[in-house]
Amino acid sequence: MSAPTYDLGTLHGGLRLPGEKSVSTSQEIQKVPIPDQLVLPIAQHVGEAAHPVVGIGEYVLKGQLLAEPYGSLSAPIHASSSGKVVAIEPWPVSRRFGQTAPCIVIECDGDDQAIEQAQPLEPFNTLEPDVLLGKITQGGIVGLGGAVFPTGQKLMQATTMPLQYLILNGVECESYISCDDLLMREQAAEVLGGAQILMHALRVSECYVVIESDKPEALKAIGTAMGELNDDRIVLKQVPTIYPSGGEDQLVQLVTNLEVPSGGLPTDVGCVVQNVGTAAAIYRWICEGEPLIARVTTVTGPGIKAPMNVLARIGTTVADVVEFSGGYSESAEQLVIGGPMTGKSVTTDRVPLVKATNCVLVLSDTDPLGDEQPCIRCGECAVVCPIQLLPQQLFWYACADNEAKMRSHGLIDCIECGCCDLVCPSHIPLTADFRNAKARIRELADEKARAERARIRFESRNERMEQEQLSREQELAQQKDTALKAGPAAIEEIMRRQKAKDKKDADET
Amino acid sequence: MEFERRDAPFVTPATDVGAIMRQVLYALIPAALAYVWYFGTGFIFNLIVAGVFCVAGEAAMLRLRGKPIEATLMDYSALVTAALLAFAMPALTPWWVTATAALFGIVVAKHLYGGLGYNVFNPAMAGYVVVLIAFPMDMNLWTAARMGDIDYHFMTVAETVRYTLTGTFPDYLSFDAISRATPLDIVKAGLNDMRTFEELRIYPAMGDFGGRGWEWIGNFTAIGGAWLLLRKIIRWHIPVAVLAGLLIPSGLMYFLSTGLHPSPGFHLFSGGTILCAFFIATDPVSAATSPKGRLVYGFGIGVLIYAVREWGSYADGVAFAVLLMNMATPAIDPLKTPRIVGHQKPGRKKSQ
Repeated sequence: MSAPTYDLGTLHGGLRLPGEKSVSTSQEIQKVPIPDQLVLPIAQHVGEAAHPVVGIGEYVLKGQLLAEPYGSLSAPIHASSSGKVVAIEPWPVSRRFGQTAPCIVIECDGDDQAIEQAQPLEPFNTLEPDVLLGKITQGGIVGLGGAVFPTGQKLMQATTMPLQYLILNGVECESYISCDDLLMREQAAEVLGGAQILMHALRVSECYVVIESDKPEALKAIGTAMGELNDDRIVLKQVPTIYPSGGEDQLVQLVTNLEVPSGGLPTDVGCVVQNVGTAAAIYRWICEGEPLIARVTTVTGPGIKAPMNVLARIGTTVADVVEFSGGYSESAEQLVIGGPMTGKSVTTDRVPLVKATNCVLVLSDTDPLGDEQPCIRCGECAVVCPIQLLPQQLFWYACADNEAKMRSHGLIDCIECGCCDLVCPSHIPLTADFRNAKARIRELADEKARAERARIRFESRNERMEQEQLSREQELAQQKDTALKAGPAAIEEIMRRQKAKDKKDADET
Repeated sequence: MEFERRDAPFVTPATDVGAIMRQVLYALIPAALAYVWYFGTGFIFNLIVAGVFCVAGEAAMLRLRGKPIEATLMDYSALVTAALLAFAMPALTPWWVTATAALFGIVVAKHLYGGLGYNVFNPAMAGYVVVLIAFPMDMNLWTAARMGDIDYHFMTVAETVRYTLTGTFPDYLSFDAISRATPLDIVKAGLNDMRTFEELRIYPAMGDFGGRGWEWIGNFTAIGGAWLLLRKIIRWHIPVAVLAGLLIPSGLMYFLSTGLHPSPGFHLFSGGTILCAFFIATDPVSAATSPKGRLVYGFGIGVLIYAVREWGSYADGVAFAVLLMNMATPAIDPLKTPRIVGHQKPGRKKSQ
C-alpha cells in the first residue's frame, strides 16, 4: 500500500462543515433494479443538447446510442436498459432555470439486453492518444463531479496546452455526499485504470489522486490498489477536510500551490482535473465497452428512511431511487439534487437521475434562514471566502446595482460555494444575491450589446440617408448644369414637355 | 411527492447579530465590575439611564420608520451602545446628560443614517462627543478611583442616586470635595507646567503604568477583549493596529526625549485606550471592512488618540479619533481590497 503525501499549497478561507457522511457509508453500494420507465434528458451535459437518433416506438438495447452529440460541445446519450421508446417529450428536470426539458422516455422490458459491441475492445495503450480521446467522447463520458463538462472535449482542449499534472479529484468536500468515497473503496482498480488511460491520452506522466482526510477507507483502498498496480507515476495525496477544496480551481491551488488565473482553466497552469468517478467511467468504457449509463449516487438526508449509496441507471427517476432507499421519512420537507451547499432544490421527485446527479438529499429543516437583517460589515464572509473576495462590499454594490464596482470586486470570480451565507450573522442570502447579480450583469451586457447593435444600425441608416441626399443633390446639380449648358431654348423645350405631360396626366385622371 | 423550492445553500447559519451583540455585552462584564469597584455605583445608574434611553430611542425610531420593532430590538445593538456610553461617562453624571448622549447616538447618529448597518459614525462615540461639548462641566467631573488620597470620599449609593437624578450633592458634600483630576489631566497639565513625567508619576492618582484604578479597569477590559478574540467575535487587526498606532509614536517620543512625554505604558493604561481597541474601534459597521483596511483604520485611530492627547485641548482623544477614522472609512475600503485569487493585483483583471 502506498502512503499518502501531504505537502500542500494554501487555500484561503473555507469552512469545516459537519460531515453527515457516516449515515450513508455504513453499507456497500446497492444496485437499484431496472425501473419500469427511464427518462433520459437529451441535455445532460454542458453545451448543446444531443440530437435523438431513435424514433418513438423503436426498440432499443442497453448501451445503444439514443442521441448523438450536436455542435462543438456536446455528448451522446445511451440507453441505460433495453425497452421501447414511448415518448420524446418535455419532462421536469433538475435544473436551476426552467422546469422541464426534452427527454427520451423508455419503457423498460426488464430483460436488460445489451447491444453488441460495434468494434472489439483494444488495449488502450495500443491506441494513439488522439484516437483514444475520440473514443472517450463516444462513450458519453462527462465530468461526474457535478459540472458535467463533456470529458472528450475537455481533454482535447487540454492537449493543446503544455501539461504537467493529471489530478484525480476524490475530495468530495460537501456534507452528506459520499458517492465518490464508496466508489473509491469498491472500485479503486477502475479509478486507477482510468488514471492510466487519461495519462496516456494526455501524454502526462504525473498523476495525483487527491482524497480528503475524512475518508480513511478510501485512502486505504486506493493505496492498496496503487501498491498492486505498482505505477510510480501515480501519487496519493491526502488533503485536510475543508470545504470547498474539491472545487476544480481550489484543488489545483491546494495540490500544486498554483492559482488558476481569473477566467482561465486549470490547463493554464498545466493541470487537468478529473473526478474519480469520471476516471472509473472512462475505464469501464475503454476497457469493458460500457458507455456511461449508470452512476453511483448518494441518497441521504434526514428525510430518507434508509440513507445509502446506490448504483442506478441514468434516467431512473428520483422517486424510484428514494423508494429503493426505504422511502421518505415523516420529516421529509425539501428535495435537493446535489449537496446542501451548492445543490439545486427541485419541486418534484419525478425528475430523473442524470449524469450530474451525485446526491439526492432530502432535508427536514424547512426553517428559512430567519429574517434577513442589515449587513453589519463584520467581514466574516471575507474571512471564509476561498477566492479572497469581499462579499460584504459586493453585497453593497449588488444592492446598488453598481456594475463597475461589482466587476472590480470580482463578482465574476465568485464560485458560489455558499461559505459566506453560512457565517453571515445577518442571514443575508449572499450567494443567491450574487447569482442574481451575475445574471443581471449578463443581462446588462446583452442589453448593451443590443443597444450597440441598434446604435450601429441607426448610425448607418443616417449615413445612408445622408449619402442618398448627397447623391440626389449632386444629380440635381448635374441636371441643372446640363440644362444651363444646353441653353435657354433647351430649358424651354423641357418646360414645354413637362407641361404637356402634366396636362396629359390631369386629363387621364 | 412535491416540494418547495429554495436557494442554495440549504444550511442555516449558526449565529446571528443578536448573539454577537450579547457576547460583546458579556465580554464587558469584567470591565464593568472593575469600574464599579473603583468608581462606585454611578456606573450602574449611567448604564440604566443609557440603556433606557437607547432602547426607547431605538423603538421610537423604528416605529417612525415603519420597521419591525421587537425583532430589531432583539439584535441588542442599542444595549451595546448604551454600555459603551456608560463606560465613557464620568461615574457621576446627571441623567439628562447621559440621556442626551444616548438619544443623539441612537436617533441621529444611528437611525437618521438608516439604522444598524448603515450608520457612518459609531453611535456611542457620536453621543459622547455631543455631551462632551455641550456639558463640559458635567463631563469633567471625575471622581478619583478608590485607593486614592487620604481625604477621599467614596460616594454612597444614596448620594449617587441623588446626584444622578438631580445633579446636586447633599449639604455635607460639594463638587470640590469629590472631584479629582484624571491621570490624563494631571499629566497634561503637569507637562505643560514644565515638570517631567517622572515627577508626575509620584502623584497618588497614578498607578504603576497609568492611573490608579484605571489600569486595572484596562486589564479587565482586555480580558473581555481577549475572550472576544477567542470567540472570533472580533478579529485581531483593529485592536493590534489601534495599540500599535498609539504605542509607536508615544514610544518614539518617550525614548527620544525622556521626561517630556508620558510613557507608552501610561498611554496604554489611561483613559479609554483598551476599551477603544477592543470594543469601540471594533464596531464593524463604522469600521473599515477588509483586513488591510482594518489595519489602516486601527492605526489611524491609535495615532489620532496620541495626537489629541499630546497636542489637543482634550485630555483623551478616543472619541474624536474614532469619529475621524469613521469618516475616513469610505476612502480606506476601496484602496485596501485583498488580491483576488487568480488575479495579479487587487481588484484588477489579469485576463478577460
